[in-house]
Amino acid sequence: MNRLLPIYLVEGKAAVQRQAQYRGAAFISVLGFLIEPIVYLIVWRTVAEQAGDINGYGVDEFTSYYIVWTLVRVFNLALAPGAWDWWVRTGRIANDLLHPVNPYHRQLAGMAGAKVVWITLWIPVAVFLTVLFRPQFSPSLLEGTVFFVTAWAGYVIRFNVLWLLGLVSFWTTRAQALIEVIIAMELLLSGRLVPMAIMPQWVQTVSTWMPFKWTFEFPIEVFIGQLTTAEIWQGLGMQLAWIAITGLGIMAVWRNAIRKFTAVGT
Amino acid sequence: MPSVVVEGLTKTFKVPVREEGFLNSLKSLVNRTYRNVEAVKDMSFTLEPGEVVGFLGPNGAGKTTTLKMLSGLLYPSAGHAQVIGFDPSEREAEFLTKVALIMGNRNSLMWDLPVADSLDVRKAIYSIGDADYRSRRERFTEMLDVGDLLTKPVRNLSLGERMKVEILAALLPAPPVLFLDEPTLGLDLSMQKRIRSFVADYAGEEGATILLTSHYMADVTALCERVIVIHRGAKLFDGDLSELSDRFGALKTITVSVTGSLPDVSGYGAVTERTADKAVLAVPRGEVAGVAARLLAELDVLDLSIEDPPIEDVIESTFASGDDQAAAAARVE
Repeated sequence: MNRLLPIYLVEGKAAVQRQAQYRGAAFISVLGFLIEPIVYLIVWRTVAEQAGDINGYGVDEFTSYYIVWTLVRVFNLALAPGAWDWWVRTGRIANDLLHPVNPYHRQLAGMAGAKVVWITLWIPVAVFLTVLFRPQFSPSLLEGTVFFVTAWAGYVIRFNVLWLLGLVSFWTTRAQALIEVIIAMELLLSGRLVPMAIMPQWVQTVSTWMPFKWTFEFPIEVFIGQLTTAEIWQGLGMQLAWIAITGLGIMAVWRNAIRKFTAVGT
Repeated sequence: MPSVVVEGLTKTFKVPVREEGFLNSLKSLVNRTYRNVEAVKDMSFTLEPGEVVGFLGPNGAGKTTTLKMLSGLLYPSAGHAQVIGFDPSEREAEFLTKVALIMGNRNSLMWDLPVADSLDVRKAIYSIGDADYRSRRERFTEMLDVGDLLTKPVRNLSLGERMKVEILAALLPAPPVLFLDEPTLGLDLSMQKRIRSFVADYAGEEGATILLTSHYMADVTALCERVIVIHRGAKLFDGDLSELSDRFGALKTITVSVTGSLPDVSGYGAVTERTADKAVLAVPRGEVAGVAARLLAELDVLDLSIEDPPIEDVIESTFASGDDQAAAAARVE
């Protein structure tokens, strides 16, 4: 850990510098990430206005949910689908494999550093959405602090899931199709498309035992105050468990994966 | 104890066979066929500490594949290697700290940030102490003359400038073993010279073991006394550079100048150049003495010199022969 800490710090710092260099592009990227929840927000507000509450979600609840969603989305952004394909297929990964540190750490730190800039750029968007839709929630300092922890934990889980999937690129240089399937599952089982309360009971049960919900819906619910203390502790436990499971998965697959590397394109 | 020991190293790639045409594409959906390509075959050699060895061969000979196996990037299909006491395929962190693979025309630095920031990242990745970092950075910066480049974003550097700072970054951990793959590729002559001289200085000062591939023979002749020549994945020659001409240079060059006008000299050997009073002849190595004696006796010779052909020509003619049997016969174990 003593060896890794300086690497996390320096990579995080470099990522902030990189993003800051292209702040216009970064701002447009953040706006791009936010189109999806804004569409959901408008659709579900309209539905709730016409049909009334759906499983406890009315106009106010949907509004709060999707505005916090925008922040959680910025937090849990990890490798874009296809980045792994590119990284392995073009052989760019060779540069990282020559270093005495697993590239996992450098990328985890790099994306975390970039979030510092993205979150800063998210603030004006959040202000705009708040003025426009007037969400009804006021999180306490404790809820805000716990949210911060759960949002970072959600990032690590999502990063690990995508990293683990990305390792498939060592066996086939066309792993993107598989990643797209997982992203579709995430859409349904994470609370990304709709709050899980809207989904059938069996889907909610399945989602509890999958990693996706703990990267999206759980931090959102913490922030808008929908969970009891016991549920928060349970959720934190699930996040830790998924970090451990995916982390161990990466360690198990990594060693075999790099033996498959053909270094094509280098 | 040798720095690098390579025994029977082999790398086979399984590649899909793709036949042309729409029907064949459809067929490959259900029945894909593969063939094995042996990129490196049964390669064996050793490098002693401090040796700078040229690793020569035409494109696709297996040079880069060998270097990648020795630096832990590729897992060998058979055989094994040991580099400063480590098995490269185990990829231990200490091994990766002590070995550098530098590939020409490649970018491993952070594209958008000043070079100095990339160097700071290297410092953290390789756990280089503050004092070592400062002194090496200062020394290498001076040797490579890149002081004014450190504050420039990498994307603003020319190819040659980028190569120099790539080398600087790769050598910050002061690796005792260095694999250089075409380090001067695409650079102009003065930049090639600068990098060559830096590599020579680094090897001298650090006592580093270096295996170098280059298509520029000037790199090899300036830096290496010993060369290993490979062709189609197999070793053809391992020995002194000077021996290479003896073994593979079937012809020698005789340059003869005469007083007055030069008569027809095609009877003495193959005429490769000719002016009014001077000719350059390519003569079989074993006939050189006899031909030279005849020229001196039969012509009014003003000057006569006998030389080995340029090393580039020797290498080219070796590979151009394409005669595997001859190559196998000439192989040195």
